[in-house]
Amino acid sequence: MSPLQKVGRWIGEHLVLALGLLVLIYMFVPIAIVALMSFNDPSSRNVYKFDGFTLHNWLNPCEPSGMCASVVRSVEIGLLATLVATILGTLAAFALVRHRFAGRGPLNTLIILPMAAPEIVLGSSMLALFVSAGFGGKLGFVTIFIAHVTFCLSFVIITVRARLSGLDDNLEQAAMDLYATENQTFWRVTFPLVFPGILGAALLSFSLSFDDFIITNLNAGQTVTFPMYVWGVAQRGIPMQVNVIGTAMFVIAVTIVLGSEITRRRRAKAAA
Amino acid sequence: MARTRRRARFTGYWLMLPSALWLALFFLVPFYSLIAMSLYDPEGSSLTGYDMTWHFANYVDVVQAYWRPLLRSFWYAALATLGCLLLGYVLAYAIAFKAGRWKNLMLVLVIAPFFTSFLIRTLSWKLILADDGWIVNTLQAVGILGPDGRLLATSFAVVMGLTYNFLPFMVLPLFASLDKIDHRLIEAAGDLYASPARGFFKVTLPLSMPGVVAGTLLTFIPAAGDYINSELLGSPNQRMIGNVIQNLFTNQGDYAAAGALSMTLMIIITIGVVLYIRRAGTEDLV
Repeated sequence: MSPLQKVGRWIGEHLVLALGLLVLIYMFVPIAIVALMSFNDPSSRNVYKFDGFTLHNWLNPCEPSGMCASVVRSVEIGLLATLVATILGTLAAFALVRHRFAGRGPLNTLIILPMAAPEIVLGSSMLALFVSAGFGGKLGFVTIFIAHVTFCLSFVIITVRARLSGLDDNLEQAAMDLYATENQTFWRVTFPLVFPGILGAALLSFSLSFDDFIITNLNAGQTVTFPMYVWGVAQRGIPMQVNVIGTAMFVIAVTIVLGSEITRRRRAKAAA
Repeated sequence: MARTRRRARFTGYWLMLPSALWLALFFLVPFYSLIAMSLYDPEGSSLTGYDMTWHFANYVDVVQAYWRPLLRSFWYAALATLGCLLLGYVLAYAIAFKAGRWKNLMLVLVIAPFFTSFLIRTLSWKLILADDGWIVNTLQAVGILGPDGRLLATSFAVVMGLTYNFLPFMVLPLFASLDKIDHRLIEAAGDLYASPARGFFKVTLPLSMPGVVAGTLLTFIPAAGDYINSELLGSPNQRMIGNVIQNLFTNQGDYAAAGALSMTLMIIITIGVVLYIRRAGTEDLV
């Protein structure tokens, strides 16, 4: 093989990977900017560009009025909606995988539809319900919570169901063959095996809820969540602390995901 | 599964009941409310209340008034979906076939952008594409943009924002499809003297079609309803249907028109999706 052919071959082998990495870089450019801007010392609030390095934003994250309150509200709504959606969704996933019952087809459609409808339509329909039920003037925490559980529920069911149906039921059979009761089998074998799926679903729920704007904006009334706060200040000047929250969220989430991946690998190694 | 049969016959129903009730109450009933709202008498207001008068003319009115943003939404969403398909296919292919032991890490990196807020990421693009920003200055210097040319407040910025924001929705199903492909099939194509390109178009691409269908749907539908990108990166000339619906609800309080427009969007999307799935001929999407 001539050197030229070798070079051509090497490029052919690695070109796709290189292009793929370029796409990944494209996905991270805005996040790098957000992280950079969290250390920005802007000369004026109207000019949104990097003027100088400072730790001020990180040391005083709650300086812009109302921002931290909106973060707390988003966390509260996110935790509550995640809790309810994860419990209901996990029960439903068990029902769908482990039990036979009538009406499975329509139920599957009912579960997929909320994910298939555009958010603006989902939000409009909930607003229509709340208005016609006389809650038009009482939009707020409760209506946001209801809306969030509704769109998180489908994602939880699908995620947990995928984990559950990929489960090797030989392990459960073995437990039962070793005289474990149904209860013991469930809590000692089935549940620990499904748990990573449930945890993943909960994380997904929380980030969907925390990040949602379109549906929330229609059903929030005067309540301000973090994305709504950002939307509000986007029209004026964005306080750099918004970037602090964005970066912190990113770091926390990546830590959780990488942490669980590392423990999983360690356990897999220990088991082997 | 002999053991499951021993369990109480109704356990399944009990486990399913809470979710089914929740979805019925907060997904199906709202849909009925939305249909009712779209047929309200347009003379009503949020103060005096509305009468449901089977006012089908609402639909004609909103389509006549807002056909431009409606068409634009589908056009932008189609362009963004195409962009996501091109970028997403390259990335998904690289992860599935070329990443080796870095596969899991790259998958985590694909979803990682989700962990920063959608709005903050979009605002970040606003900064990158800003008029005195590095990109605009460079493009002006090489003559691609005129001296007064800008990227912000153009269709390009909005489509780029949509492409960026919905890219992970394309990559994940594509990866799932590509990862399942038996490598021996592709090798077999090579052994039978198919060129790599021919092997790709005759073997890999057809086998990844379920992922292509799922990915295009997962990008197109949310992109068509989005208004964040057009609001933050566009101008009133780039207004999409989501902007109009949101505005009708919150600023103008014209619930009847907003409801009718929402339903119109939903109806068009549903018809489009059904036709598309029929044509693409795949049912196993999830």
